[in-house]
Amino acid sequence: MTRHATLPPPPRRARDLVLVGHGMVGQRFLEALVDQPGAAAWRITVLAEEPRPAYDRVHLTSWFAGTGAEELALAAPGFLADHGIDLRLGDPAAAIDRAARTVTTASGRVLAYDALVLATGSSPFVPPVPGHDAAGCHVYRTLEDVEAISADARRARTGAVVGGGLLGLEAAGALTALGLETHVVEFAPRLMALQVDEGGGRLLRRKVEELGVRVHTGAATEAVLTGEDGRVSGMVLADGRELRTDLVVFSAGVRPRDELARGSGLAVGERGGVAVDEHCRTSDPCVYAIGECARAADGRVYGLVAPGYAMAETAARALAGTPGERDVFTGADTSTQLKLLGVEVASFGDAHGAAEGALDVVYSDSRSGVYKKLVVGGDGRLLGGVLVGDTESYGRLRPLAAGGEPLRTPPEQLVLPAALGSAGADVPPEDAVVCSCHNVSRGRVREAVREQGCVTVPEVRKCTRAGTGCGSCVPALGALVAEELEAGGAGVDTRLCEHFAHTRAELYEIVRITGITSFSALVDGHGTGEGCEVCKPVVASILAGLDDGHVLDGERAALQDTNDHVLANLQRNGSYSVVPRVPGGEITPAGLIAIGEIARDFGLYTKITGGQRIDLLGVAVDQLPLVWRRLVDAGFESGHAYGKSLRTVKSCVGETWCRYGVQDSVGLAIELELRYRGLRSPHKLKSAVSGCARECAEARGKDFGIIATSSGWNLYVGGNGGTTPRHADLLAADLDRETLIRTIDRFLMYYIRTADRLERTSAWLERVEGGLDHVRAVVMDDALGICAELDALMERHVDGYRDEWRAVLEDPERLRRFASFVNAPGTPDPAVTFVPERGQIRPARPGERGLARTPALVAGPGLEVRTA
Amino acid sequence: MTGDVEVFDGANWTRICAYRDLTPGRGVAVLTASGDQVAVFRDRAGAVYAVDNRDPFSGAHVISRGILGSRDGAPTVASPMYKHVFDLRDGRCVDEDTAPDGTPAVLRVWPLRGGAGAAAPPAGGGVREP
Ligand code: SRM
Ligand SMILES: Cc1cc2nc3c(=O)[nH]c(=O)nc-3n(C[C@H](O)[C@H](O)[C@H](O)COP(=O)(O)OP(=O)(O)OC[C@H]3O[C@@H](n4cnc5c(N)ncnc54)[C@H](O)[C@@H]3O)c2cc1C
Ligand code: SF4
Ligand code: FES
Repeated sequence: MTRHATLPPPPRRARDLVLVGHGMVGQRFLEALVDQPGAAAWRITVLAEEPRPAYDRVHLTSWFAGTGAEELALAAPGFLADHGIDLRLGDPAAAIDRAARTVTTASGRVLAYDALVLATGSSPFVPPVPGHDAAGCHVYRTLEDVEAISADARRARTGAVVGGGLLGLEAAGALTALGLETHVVEFAPRLMALQVDEGGGRLLRRKVEELGVRVHTGAATEAVLTGEDGRVSGMVLADGRELRTDLVVFSAGVRPRDELARGSGLAVGERGGVAVDEHCRTSDPCVYAIGECARAADGRVYGLVAPGYAMAETAARALAGTPGERDVFTGADTSTQLKLLGVEVASFGDAHGAAEGALDVVYSDSRSGVYKKLVVGGDGRLLGGVLVGDTESYGRLRPLAAGGEPLRTPPEQLVLPAALGSAGADVPPEDAVVCSCHNVSRGRVREAVREQGCVTVPEVRKCTRAGTGCGSCVPALGALVAEELEAGGAGVDTRLCEHFAHTRAELYEIVRITGITSFSALVDGHGTGEGCEVCKPVVASILAGLDDGHVLDGERAALQDTNDHVLANLQRNGSYSVVPRVPGGEITPAGLIAIGEIARDFGLYTKITGGQRIDLLGVAVDQLPLVWRRLVDAGFESGHAYGKSLRTVKSCVGETWCRYGVQDSVGLAIELELRYRGLRSPHKLKSAVSGCARECAEARGKDFGIIATSSGWNLYVGGNGGTTPRHADLLAADLDRETLIRTIDRFLMYYIRTADRLERTSAWLERVEGGLDHVRAVVMDDALGICAELDALMERHVDGYRDEWRAVLEDPERLRRFASFVNAPGTPDPAVTFVPERGQIRPARPGERGLARTPALVAGPGLEVRTA
Repeated sequence: MTGDVEVFDGANWTRICAYRDLTPGRGVAVLTASGDQVAVFRDRAGAVYAVDNRDPFSGAHVISRGILGSRDGAPTVASPMYKHVFDLRDGRCVDEDTAPDGTPAVLRVWPLRGGAGAAAPPAGGGVREP
């Protein structure tokens, strides 16, 4: 062993560094310092006022949602011990003697320092109105504060937040979630006056009010009233109004905690904050100040964490003796993007148009709740903006504003919704900041992709730290990584996922040729690892097409995607929808009544779908078999509104009734839907049949659409509604019924065999070499000699089709899985709750107290298993 | 040895089900005595994992209905709602650090015991005693 073979150089006397305050910025300072090579020269002591180590104050509100104090902790376990840092909790610094270079703590201890760093943060400002310190009054800054609020909220019905800024709204959200009727009292004429302008504020107010919060703007708090027990009982506003409230949270701004600095004669700013230079040094070169307690070189006090982190890095480098040329802190971007009470808000740059000659471009749609304003300089440069309701473009706009180049796209285009405006030709400059939390530029991200071999967002995150703060830049990062990979000619990766170095079509061939029938055999033999949410459903779909057997049998059950797993569509609150199959859209009055009765008996929400069916929503997982049973008994089967499989074949009334129709479009639609139902494919399949060229069934918007002619049927393929609409192309004209069906059979099977994962027929048709002509040659002239095989596969599908839902009802083993809880079958999921709306139910929103469904009376508590 | 798997909520052990009733590659939901919902999974190798059933991205209690898999060798589950992937060993979301409501995207990991039924002893690091 060569341990201790060389002795370390004799240590110089370690110098003493005292950090006052173990908050977010203090912790970041420690991390940055120990990263520096010169860090070993310091013996570090930290004085903390709070009873616990630094935690994530930004996410304080998540404590109400059950995030524990441990989860909020910032320092990795062992961090302090590993670096020999002496943390003294609950013993704040009380005084500094700069001449003696000592700090005295509240408990009377005296510590000598060679360097002192102040990171004392700020304290909430409480307006000195009468009653402000009564029991029931709170501030919102520490874990102790939220614990106290939560304890008080238990006996309160109403809560009022003083201050309608960022933090005030967050506090209001927390009170609402605690079940209190909540008021927000804001002195300014609008909410979040610092960040948003009047128009944005109006929309924000409306959205906040929709969530049940009562907003009072332009209202000053005059006094807090107390009851006989000395507790808060109400508030008086300046206009004389009285609000009844049991609890008050003050969130009316913060004040830098500069009292130690003042007491020791350090320079402070006019409006507070320890004055520092661009290296974060105070007027005493041995003392530094960082974070919210500091007044930066640009004269501002920053109340956000990102500038504090930047100061922490600057001070750490200065103290370690390794400052780089650019390691100065001269100011920071205060752009913010937030989701408050579920409302997206972003502001960046000169959001209020303060610059001379600045012009506004505003897009406002109060119906959809979107407000966007861009501030453009007289010279055509983007200066800043405000986005409310839709902040998707924030990631692209903010760097443009920071970059300072004249816009090449008309600004109107930049605020229009994507569907109306074009993407625009503006590319942010290289040094534009993509991630403001960690100050990572566009150029740095591109370098990570080009030179450091990162190909995914998680890899870029590890490599650059971008995206590991507030996370708001992650979508922009994703776009940048994809753009860069493509530009680098890396070729877009066609591997299915990390587990299979094959395309979907290649895997299909492997399964077809080897006859493999299980995922395990496929991944062990032709892939790596355990699989994932991408490859498992793909393999499930391939196996379903090449092999018989129920989709929920054996290992196959473990491969099914979200909806396929339970043979129904997952809804936002964890309940499901059932869409009974109505082939061709034709339904009898008795059928309608039966569906209506089922919906009524289970208390479901009903809606006519865009696919000529009836959706029954709000079914709990354990009710699914009960609903299916009723459908089966009424002569229905449930339908695929899920799955990469055939959805509906829509029809128009056709020649039977319509005075223009030339063929029986309904009859054909029913035949096609029954033929192809259950067919698993790379993406969903839709179809329609129109009785004449007026095209009332919208067949040309479908994957395969048929339009009647006086002498037969025209077959169109590759149509798409949805995201990127495309009209279907004519594959063949005037076909008789038999040829029509055979052609569709082959078209579908050829598509299933060769398309990529999630590639609709429209995209596939544009991608396959030779396009429509090639496909026509394959399916009509058998150019590849595979038609017999395609026909056989389809025949097998048609013969092998079984009602999947009924098959579950007939098998106790499959049925067992439809319980909310494995250890409490029959207990409904208490988290699935509903509220009434327009005479039906809808899922309760966060903060709303909904009712769990009462057990369906008519259906009875159990389900007898029938094996027919 | 009963062959039952149990989960611990800090005060009580709650029986989940017999180990052999866990489908490899799939999960079940458990309601604990304390009223919490826990998602319990068994992987192909036989290891058992337990994490919160609540998906922090949607707020719905659906994690137990997710697909199991691996990322870089780490055992994972993908939420069925918006397909966020979580590491089953520490509950962390490997795609995003924070949920839309600002909370850290981490599922609590629940202590488990039992399950060494006659059929297949749970292998791997998933089964933990408190
Ligand atoms: C229920 C329904 C809306 C309605 O209330 O009318 C609906 C609901 C959904 N649609 Fe749709 N689509 C519905 C008709 C349509 C139509 C109209 C049609 O089929 O004629 C379209 C445009 C036509 C098309 O697909 O080309 C349509 C285009 C989409 C798309 C975009 C597809 C595309 O290629 O761009 C998606 C997303 C996807 O599939 O990836 C989608 C996805 C969905 C999903 C699956 C979203 C999801 O993942 O949860 C919704 C689930 C349904 C559920 O939970 O019950 N839905 N969707 C309609 C069901 C029809 C039916 O009876 O089966
Ligand atoms: C609910 C909430 C939500 C927020 N959301 C965001 C957000 O979304 N984005 C954002 O950028 N910012 C946000 N902030 C602000 C962010 O938390 C602060 O900018 C950040 O915490 C500042 O870090 P700091 O270290 O300067 O101060 P702090 O984190 O407050 O730490 C200062 C520490 O010093 C201690 N201290 C004070 N005096 C002494 C003394 N004499 N001796 C010893 N210790 C002392 C204090 O007790 C405290 O622990 C939020 C804040 C809150 C409260
Ligand atoms: S497509 Fe033709 S047949 Fe069908 S309803 Fe319209 S006009 Fe009548
Ligand atoms: S901007 Fe916050 S993580 Fe990137």
